Amino acid sequence: MKDLYESQRAMRAMRKAAMQRGVIAILDVGTSKIACLVLRFDGVDEFRESDGVGSMAGQSSFRVIGAATTRSRGVRFGEIDTMQETERAIRTAVQAAQKMANVRVDHVIACLAGGAPRSYGLAGQVDLENSAVTEQDVARVMGACDVPDIGEGRQVLHAQPVNFALDHRSGMNDPRGQIGNRLSCDMHLLTVDGNVIGNLLYCIKRCDLELAGLASSAYVSGISSLVEDEQELGAACIDMGGGATGMSIFIKKHMIYADTVAMGGDQVTSDISKGLQVPLAVAERIKTFYGGVVATGVDDREMIEIGGETGDWELDRRTVSRAELIGVMRPRVEEILEEVRMRLDGAGFEYLPSQQIVLTGGASQIPGLDGLAPKILGQQVRIGRPLRVQGLPQAATGAGFASAVGLCLFAAHPQDEWWDFEVPADRYPSRSLKRAVKWFKDNW
Amino acid sequence: MRQIRTAPRRDPAPSRMAYRMQRLLLTPFIRRLVWVGFPVLCLSSALGLYLADQERRDAITLMVHDIKAAVRERPEFMVKLMAIDGASAGVADDIREAVPVDFPVSSFDLDLPQMLHDVAALDAVARADLRIRPGGVLQIEVVERVPVAVWRNEDSLDLLDVEGHRVAPLASRSVRHDLPLIAGWGAEKAVAEGVALVATGAPLSDRLRGLVRVGERRWDVILADGQRIMLPEEGAIDALEQVIALDQAQDILARNVVDIDMRNNRRPTVRLGEVASEELRQIRLLELGVD
Repeated sequence: MKDLYESQRAMRAMRKAAMQRGVIAILDVGTSKIACLVLRFDGVDEFRESDGVGSMAGQSSFRVIGAATTRSRGVRFGEIDTMQETERAIRTAVQAAQKMANVRVDHVIACLAGGAPRSYGLAGQVDLENSAVTEQDVARVMGACDVPDIGEGRQVLHAQPVNFALDHRSGMNDPRGQIGNRLSCDMHLLTVDGNVIGNLLYCIKRCDLELAGLASSAYVSGISSLVEDEQELGAACIDMGGGATGMSIFIKKHMIYADTVAMGGDQVTSDISKGLQVPLAVAERIKTFYGGVVATGVDDREMIEIGGETGDWELDRRTVSRAELIGVMRPRVEEILEEVRMRLDGAGFEYLPSQQIVLTGGASQIPGLDGLAPKILGQQVRIGRPLRVQGLPQAATGAGFASAVGLCLFAAHPQDEWWDFEVPADRYPSRSLKRAVKWFKDNW
Repeated sequence: MRQIRTAPRRDPAPSRMAYRMQRLLLTPFIRRLVWVGFPVLCLSSALGLYLADQERRDAITLMVHDIKAAVRERPEFMVKLMAIDGASAGVADDIREAVPVDFPVSSFDLDLPQMLHDVAALDAVARADLRIRPGGVLQIEVVERVPVAVWRNEDSLDLLDVEGHRVAPLASRSVRHDLPLIAGWGAEKAVAEGVALVATGAPLSDRLRGLVRVGERRWDVILADGQRIMLPEEGAIDALEQVIALDQAQDILARNVVDIDMRNNRRPTVRLGEVASEELRQIRLLELGVD
């Protein structure tokens, strides 16, 4: 596999080309389901100014024209485990979405939950040559960030400048044109396991699709589930997926931290399966129909027939009360939330001005989670659902589609990343001639 | 107590081939090719193959012909007789001769404009209207030309209408002696004026023989005994009235006068006969005292 970092610029160009052509696909490769949305970009003229709707960060410029979901195969903990199976699942989803949209898509933006993401905070500073900040200065200050040792076989997935400071003024979004002496920048770097990305790229390539972008699922869930105030004031988004629970912390509309706990709804299912001695499919079904985390008195009386097809009457007529089911599920959900709490504490979330936590993802739909989560995560917890985007089918508006919807927003309006900026002149080979001429002019 | 029923669902993953096929079919060009190009090609090639045989082509032509014939032979479209209105018997015969139609005939086979042209080309017909009346009647409405004068040209006698158009040849003058006789080069172009002159000259009708066009510009009125009234180009009727008035006052035409020249309005001139002029000369000489 080629270096992902090298190909990021190419993927950005491909995304632009796809938007020009007007059709792009969104692929959310999750542990429990694979979702594919087909977006059509009509340009920004969908709404007039007089409609009272602005550009809405690009949300008004696209429309979902195809949506398909399929059961995921061969994915564990958000990472591709069996490539052929996953490839088939991706093919199923893409084909169904294409059929619904009645259009062929060639470009796809994908996200993945696994790969053990690690966040790094980078800082760099430079002295300005002229007093005003130019694009080249921005490029230089980002080049001056000292890259930590991200480890063997790991790839940079996101590298976003989150803050610029000019002399003693901090918190700037765009320092260009401002006057100062010293420019410094903070950057958030997210790395993931290179092999995980390689596998995903391989599967997508096997489906004759071109990758036009790659994002972390924790990040895009945050984009779609956190409202603007939460993103601005600081909040954490917990995306409780099937095999992995991603978390991302936002402040000032930038992601500053992302992490994944390799536990999710599938673990709850397997607990039920083991605890009640039922097959996984039955366990999944029991979980979605009768699951919960807070038991009440009536749950002791509500009996669930868990059945079986062994032919043994005693075994096939088993029943459990809902309270028992909750008793199986609750410790695992608590464990997941405690793990999340630990990661957030490790990231220093308690020092943020706002302690808002938003739970989203398929596993956040467990009844009673809004009573359990505040006990572990703090008082400001809400269950979030993704933003509504144009044309999204009703079936795809649930919390489980947070990362798919987030990817749509990511496709329409991506945040500036490292590779979106100019290359510093002194690292750019074709500029060397210019520099020679400049030196000649300066010295003669 | 609730039931849990699980039916293991088969995954509907498409094969790699099916997936690629579907993507290919969604490509705009291929899609148009399959949905438009291919059916058009199939249809046109089938049609081409079918029509490649001369016999089939002939059969189709024949069939089309038969259908057409069946429609045109329907009784609703048949024309059974011809009715001619507004024409005298002779003209009607001429019209029947000019438009030879074998009835019954389908109205599709009648070339009405051509027939109208043929009918209108007849001399005796001023205007003609042709139409097919419901009931299968070919209706010809004719306005005949009304002869107003007999025109004697170099070798024949013709009847002329008021516009100077020939109506019919005339065997002899005596057949239509109620009509005035006109003659001379270009007389047919001024028939209306000639007729008006004859009407004006009604008091002289018992002596009026005819009108002669002179030099294609003016009229001479010819009376019995070779008397001639030469009229001017313009104001001919006034001049003739003047002559009639003169005649009624002084009986000028009863005298031995050969020509009355009215060509100059202000100076009517009279040419006397040979005897009278000799007499006048003798009288003048006598008056002058010449023996």
